[in-house]
Amino acid sequence: MSTHEANILVVDDEFAVRDSLYNWFRKDGYHVHAAENATEALRALQDQAFDVILLDIKMPGMDGMELQSRIHTIDPEIAVIMITAFGSVETAVQALKQGAFDYVTKPIDPDELSHLVHRALEQRRLQKENVQLRETIDEIGAADTIVGESPAILKVLELIRHVAKTEATVLIRGESGTGKELIARAIHANSARRYFPIVPVNCGAVPNELLESELFGHEKGAFTGAQHRRKGRIEMADGGTLFLDEVGAINPKMQVDLLRTLETKEFTRLGGSKSIKVDFRIICATNEDLEVAVEEGRFREDFYYRINVFTIEAPPLRSRPSDIPLLAEHIVKRLARQMDKRITEIHPDAMQLLMDYAWPGNVRELINAIERAMVVGTPPTIQPEDLPVWGKRSTNSFSGESLADVEKDHIASVLERTGWNITRAAEILRVDRVTVYNKIKKYDLRQPATRGGKK
Amino acid sequence: MPVLHVVPFYCGTATDLIDGLEERLARVFGVRVEHHPPSFEPEVAYDASRGQYNSRILLAQLLRQAPADDSRVLGVTALDLFIPVLTYVFGEAQVNGKAAVVSSHRLDNALYGLPASHELLFERLCKEAIHELGHTYNLVHCHNAECVMTSSMQIDGVDLKSDRFCSRCKAALRHNGVC
Repeated sequence: MSTHEANILVVDDEFAVRDSLYNWFRKDGYHVHAAENATEALRALQDQAFDVILLDIKMPGMDGMELQSRIHTIDPEIAVIMITAFGSVETAVQALKQGAFDYVTKPIDPDELSHLVHRALEQRRLQKENVQLRETIDEIGAADTIVGESPAILKVLELIRHVAKTEATVLIRGESGTGKELIARAIHANSARRYFPIVPVNCGAVPNELLESELFGHEKGAFTGAQHRRKGRIEMADGGTLFLDEVGAINPKMQVDLLRTLETKEFTRLGGSKSIKVDFRIICATNEDLEVAVEEGRFREDFYYRINVFTIEAPPLRSRPSDIPLLAEHIVKRLARQMDKRITEIHPDAMQLLMDYAWPGNVRELINAIERAMVVGTPPTIQPEDLPVWGKRSTNSFSGESLADVEKDHIASVLERTGWNITRAAEILRVDRVTVYNKIKKYDLRQPATRGGKK
Repeated sequence: MPVLHVVPFYCGTATDLIDGLEERLARVFGVRVEHHPPSFEPEVAYDASRGQYNSRILLAQLLRQAPADDSRVLGVTALDLFIPVLTYVFGEAQVNGKAAVVSSHRLDNALYGLPASHELLFERLCKEAIHELGHTYNLVHCHNAECVMTSSMQIDGVDLKSDRFCSRCKAALRHNGVC
């Protein structure tokens, strides 16, 4: 807190003391307010916030001790420094016990007063910073939430709410990057198991021979290299949720083991003989067509039915383009904080590009695109040229697949990029300007209202 | 040219420093310095219970002596000054006002049992006088440790800072029509 932002209230019935301290603190650049008694002080507290209050213990009417206790009730974070006459230190100590910051004895050593006020303000600054950091942490913690207002995402949220309170096994289906883990975490966070861990395992990322040990753990010497006993993910998820991503990658042998564990709530570590009891909920996710896998014999039917009790479909981003602005802004806000970069907004043209793009990689691709734009972009705005989708054909906006449609879309896209500069567009298209004019006429292309308002 | 009225009283060991001080202040603030005896009795500010002089009362007296124009008045003394509630002050001033007072009492090595140094006393007196007059031009304490407007509670603090304004304080002074 800079000196010039700090507010100090001096409460003393003696004019000379009030006046002296008022002037003393003004010279330090503080905003100073003086009050003659408790009533005036309480009125001042109603009108504005103070960082430090210097309070005379001995005053007629409500004394400093009582006022200090009232101030503590109004705002316990105000640093109250008690001013006491020589010989009444015991009272001051009593004030400290009631929450006063410190006390000074009259006459006050200027050096001591200066240090005391600096210390009080520093504490106040740290308190404020602490609150701000807590808020930031809360925001960061809440950052990985499901963002969107489209009917598709609202339906997902409703399903999450519905299933979270139950113990049902959930199968989340959806393309890569649609936020299946986020849905799993949301279910866990809204369930009675939320105070226990959610343990994610990406089954597709771990070779099957290692996955078994990863899930079930192993005893020392269970296999070559097993030098220590190790807990598996299932054991780690005790009380909480086990999230099996890319569940289709698990081989049928392990599916049997998992099925047994799900049925009996017991399992044995690799190389062990002792049965271990566990209590966990299982949520699985897949981007595979498990029905086909069952038909082809790659996935056991009994395990499929065991995990497919309740299904949630994670919608692809292209099915909810109306959510893109909200998502993009949310991502910008989160990344700006993480990257400590003051990018706060996305230019409307850049946003349009984001909305027009088909996002085959879904939200993950959108996050990557915005992260890249934030690396190359200049604060405070992400411009169209910062985006990796810049210049990419927007599959969403394609009007058709005939050669004429493709030509029309390509010319329109080049004209848009060049701001309808025919010469530049002709250069890019490697045709002469007349051809560009002819194509514009042929396809009835029209220049939208430009940023500068020109038509 | 604006005028600075210097009013020395009970200057003791600092008496022969006044001329040099006036020259320095004239140069720093771009003012014409006029020298006046006090039109008040300094003893009115004496507090027998503390054996010190109340700088608030001295400021009020100096204000009475100041003409009603945009000039400033600076009292210079070797008396030990205090403001009620504080044990001592090196000087005092009205922020954005007309009057300031500075004392050499606690700037003198003699008080600390150190070898007397006229040069050091002069430099300290100049710094504190410039500092207090700075307040009358609406400057508050500066966080730049080298700036003369840095608050100094102890004598070593006075020695550490320079006798010059930092660029920010200088700009603020110019804004207030000084220099």
